[in-house]
Amino acid sequence: MKILKALMVTTAVSLALMAGTAHAENKKIALVVKALGIGFFEAANKGAQEAAKELGDVEIIYTGPTSTTAEGQIEVINSLVAQKVDAIAISANDKDALVPALKKAMDRGIKVISWDSGVAPEGRAMHLNPSSNPLIGNMIIKLAADHLPEGGDVAVLSASATATNQNTWIEEMKKVQGNYKGINVVATVYGDDLADKSYRETQGLIQSYPNLKAIIAPTSVGIVAAAQAVEDAGKVGQINVTGLGLPSEMAGHVKAGSSKSFAIWNPIDLGYSATMIAYDLIGGAEAKPGAELKMGRMGTVKLDENNEGAMADPFVYDASNVEEFAKIF
Amino acid sequence: MAKILKNREILLVVAIAALLMAITLRFPGFVAPANLARVYNDTSILIILALGQMAVILTRCIDLSMAANLALCGMVAAMINAAFPGVPIPLVILAVVVLGALLGSINGLLVWKLDIPPIVVTLGTLTIYRGTIFLLSNGAWINAHQMSDAFKALPRAPLAGLPVLSWLSVLAIAAVYLLMTRTPVGRAFFAVGGNPHAAVYTGIDVGRTRFLAYCLSGALAGLSGYLWVSRYAVAYVDIAAGFELDIIAACVIGGISIAGGIGSVPGAVLGSLFLGVIKNALPVVNISPFAQLAISGTVIIIAVAVNARAEKRKGRVILKKAEAV
Repeated sequence: MKILKALMVTTAVSLALMAGTAHAENKKIALVVKALGIGFFEAANKGAQEAAKELGDVEIIYTGPTSTTAEGQIEVINSLVAQKVDAIAISANDKDALVPALKKAMDRGIKVISWDSGVAPEGRAMHLNPSSNPLIGNMIIKLAADHLPEGGDVAVLSASATATNQNTWIEEMKKVQGNYKGINVVATVYGDDLADKSYRETQGLIQSYPNLKAIIAPTSVGIVAAAQAVEDAGKVGQINVTGLGLPSEMAGHVKAGSSKSFAIWNPIDLGYSATMIAYDLIGGAEAKPGAELKMGRMGTVKLDENNEGAMADPFVYDASNVEEFAKIF
Repeated sequence: MAKILKNREILLVVAIAALLMAITLRFPGFVAPANLARVYNDTSILIILALGQMAVILTRCIDLSMAANLALCGMVAAMINAAFPGVPIPLVILAVVVLGALLGSINGLLVWKLDIPPIVVTLGTLTIYRGTIFLLSNGAWINAHQMSDAFKALPRAPLAGLPVLSWLSVLAIAAVYLLMTRTPVGRAFFAVGGNPHAAVYTGIDVGRTRFLAYCLSGALAGLSGYLWVSRYAVAYVDIAAGFELDIIAACVIGGISIAGGIGSVPGAVLGSLFLGVIKNALPVVNISPFAQLAISGTVIIIAVAVNARAEKRKGRVILKKAEAV
């Protein structure tokens, strides 16, 4: 084993020398984010560092522009290409604008993946979605059902009636509704992602459905407004507001009791998984439709026909962990 | 009878009553006193804003930046509270009212001193104010748990059966009513809008009057900024996005002429209430969200159509005999 490793290192070094480069022993994986100083991405970096520690021979270069622009990211990519990193894992500010720069990187043998916010297929080997529509649809109704052992009426407060992602999640939710006995979805209303309209729609739900037990809001503006409306109506304990939201935005409402739990992707897991996948690709794994890539403790990700994969179920936040994550994002 | 029908305020009261009856057919609980109080409370912010917009529209101007002003002042109030939770809330309110008036005065100065059309000025400041919120907050939200309890509690505190928010709007209505009917400035708003040239001859400074109208609308937007952020317990760049259109719609429904010079405080209040009733009724009467938008729009068009008819001034025939020949 030791010999094999030594042999590999020797080969790598000689190859590197032949190419006129100075490859270090450590694999350099660059985690490129939309902009530095954003809590969500700092958390992703934490996950990447965790993965690097676990893998042992990986050095993470956490970088990104100072503001969320595609130009800034292109400069960062060019400098990473010059530094001859082994892999770039990027959350893109622009789906298409980064493609030429990333293509150049791939031509030089750098493995490129995108995560969180994707790049067009020709600019990356694969894209890691934090979750998938069926997983999200299942999670939002599960969140409501978990606190309703005897079932009951639940309503959905969405963004606008034309919002594609919300509609897809609600559709996926309705597909699996049968798995949750006694959960009765009585209405879907639209708050248009406006605080005041969402608040009024929630008041309307409370009035129209006296037996309402839970409100599912798969939108961050809606869930906050609904929680506030439930608190103001004095219905804390009777109506549980859940759905998708950010810990920092929901911490106050979890504390107030209007929301028992909610979900969103975990940025730490996302940074961790992106690093693991990049490492797997450096190690020779191929990103092609149907392939399964390793993500360490997160299991594996299966790629679809667009070379995209979903990491996991959305991560559930409740009174036990929301304070901690509220500091992150 | 014809005279009563011509009185816009009475017409609006009748329309609101008819609307309430129609809603009751589908949702009987809507007219319960407690619910009506809730609807009034929900409409309070719109009323306060419509009063400010009314003053501006009366002088033949328009203030598109009100909602952006509200959002900026709301964000500043939230940031003050998040950074210094010890600052007494009345002081925070005073600060944002002054800030709002200052932002309004920028509109006023540009309209007054540079003579730029009001719609252009306020369209520009609208984006500037929104952009400023982003610069201040870096796009981050100020959330419920970052605000002090006192900050969130004030508008909700019950006082003689109604929340403070409702009382504040009552206070604003009374104050603006007095300003409009009992002070030279109030009369000047009407004079400037009714006939600017004649106003100059009577010794009214048209530009200065418009400037004051913008200061008033700005101050009321600043007050509403605190109320909004505290009521919904969240502040971010996009709060009240597009709300300026609701404010203007409330004024138009209330019979305030976009051409200036015509309007009243009761009109602005009733126009706001009319919109408020619709906004609160649509969620409970179970209408598709697409139809909701169409209904809101139709109501506004009908109101404007009725309004335009009422406003149409007949040309005065001064040569009756010549006409007959």
